[in-house]
Amino acid sequence: MTEPDISASVGSGLEPGSRPLQAKLRKSLGTSATAFSLDVEFTANPGFSILFGPSGAGKTTLLDCIAGLLTPDAERIVVGDRVLFDAAQGMNEPPSRRNIGYVFQDLALFPHLTVEENVEYGLAHLPRRERQQRAAAVLDSFRIRQLARRRPKGISGGERQRVALARALVTDPQVLLLDEPLAALDAATKSRIVDDLRAWNQGHGIPILYVTHSREEVFALGERVLVLDRGRIVAEGTPHEVLEAPWQETVAQLAGFENVFDARVESRHEDRGTMRCRLTDSTVGTLVELETPLVRAEQGTLLHVGIRAGDILLAITPPSGLSARNVIPGRIASLERRDVIISARVECGVEMEVHLTLAARDALGLAPGREVWLVIKTHSCHLMHR
Amino acid sequence: MAIDWQAFWLTLQLAVIVSAILFVIGLPVAYWIAFSRARWKFLVEAVVALPIVLPPTVLGFYVLVALGPRSPLGRWWLTLTGHTLAFTFSGLVIGSILYSLPFAVQPFVASFSGVDRKLIAASATLGASHLRTFLRVILPLSMPGLITGGALSFAHTMGEFGVVLMVGGNIPGVTRTVSIDIFDQVQASNYAAANQTAVLLLVVCFGLLSLVYGLNRKAWLFGPGR
Repeated sequence: MTEPDISASVGSGLEPGSRPLQAKLRKSLGTSATAFSLDVEFTANPGFSILFGPSGAGKTTLLDCIAGLLTPDAERIVVGDRVLFDAAQGMNEPPSRRNIGYVFQDLALFPHLTVEENVEYGLAHLPRRERQQRAAAVLDSFRIRQLARRRPKGISGGERQRVALARALVTDPQVLLLDEPLAALDAATKSRIVDDLRAWNQGHGIPILYVTHSREEVFALGERVLVLDRGRIVAEGTPHEVLEAPWQETVAQLAGFENVFDARVESRHEDRGTMRCRLTDSTVGTLVELETPLVRAEQGTLLHVGIRAGDILLAITPPSGLSARNVIPGRIASLERRDVIISARVECGVEMEVHLTLAARDALGLAPGREVWLVIKTHSCHLMHR
Repeated sequence: MAIDWQAFWLTLQLAVIVSAILFVIGLPVAYWIAFSRARWKFLVEAVVALPIVLPPTVLGFYVLVALGPRSPLGRWWLTLTGHTLAFTFSGLVIGSILYSLPFAVQPFVASFSGVDRKLIAASATLGASHLRTFLRVILPLSMPGLITGGALSFAHTMGEFGVVLMVGGNIPGVTRTVSIDIFDQVQASNYAAANQTAVLLLVVCFGLLSLVYGLNRKAWLFGPGR
């Protein structure tokens, strides 16, 4: 009697894959001193999407906006063809009408109600009999029926997580938001709960947005990842595409690089923690090779190398006795003044942008055509997926 | 005559009626204070708290004027019922409600504000209206504050003197409460009778408060604090 009840609504027209969550929104919080702004656009298809990012990246703010607990400043949130929020139309469904399941970080189980009463809470509109049946069904699918009469205080952490999931899912939400709900659990308990959740969603096919700041959890879930950093989505893809060390860090900073080159892994030196990468867009005849930090990328892998213009040293004689591993000869192509810095373009097989001060230019007597050597530390070479 | 039982029952009646009405008025007022984001909320809070610091005679004086035949309220009541509110039991109820308002509202506000906001948010995401959230989540988790507010307004009304004297005077069976009675006995140098009545009031109030604090210990088992 349990299965038909929860899957009944699925057969009736709701096709898995048919109702993605589409969110495009902006939200500013705090005063100017502590200002934080969220500005994202993404689509979460039915199934798991992982929202990954460090604390303070805006993950919970994003979930609160989707659930309607915070009102975005602009743009829209749509599930399937149902508009939940549209700033332009002045449309803003209250949280109680959005039909979005939200499992909070601290679960927010009602302490004065039993497990059963917690689970039935969202079914108040149904007749008592149906309410009990649906609650019983979902308690069964999350294996917590035996706890029905206990209060949240009297059960274990893992059991509480199950109750919170059951409470959110029994209402047949069109989206499920999970805010680090399993963070405190051991790996085994966690994976059992995730398995049950996956099994449940087999029949329902709703988008599940799973928030975490743990890399292990991202790899364990192995689903599509959205990387959120300082209120922006900076990467999207499979965990391996997005997160392999130190991808995630560099991906998040992609915008800050003046020099980004296509490169190919030539050799790996695991004993030294370095690799050699050849820049593939170097002009014919001059091969530029860089020593970079080691990442999990096979020999022959194509990737991007990003180098900040301010991280490159410039010498007018062949330098020696340096700790930096990359010394590349080249010639100044142009010098351009921008406010108080000089942006030098150096032709060295590739064109590299280097920033230096006015004083440095004058002291070195730099001018276009001058022969120079570029000095780049291994760890100034940031690797990104291509 | 040792204890003026008529005055005692009248006082009891007054306290029951006043605290019941304060529940009805106080819950929405406290809800608004606890959850409103209005900029002028502090003004309402100040007005509600005013009776705590205002001398009862000042409050009683204004209530008396407001209930009298020269105020709009008093005139309205006069045309409606044929007599003024001043020096009646109803007038006493109105004065007492104002006087005891903070003793009900402040504990309510404190307990509403103590309810975990996440629980309120969770209730909303589960489809509950504001009213349902209030009845099913906020009120049950505010039991200690409700009990405290109810008991304090009851006990406070039992023992009030200044407002009663100003608004109600001293009419046996109508506005003569226990505290007025004690004052009368002392004026008449009838210390023994005053003592008996005073002891009765003391015992009742002490008993009530012990009951409240005893109950609250239990109520807290389900409260947000544990």
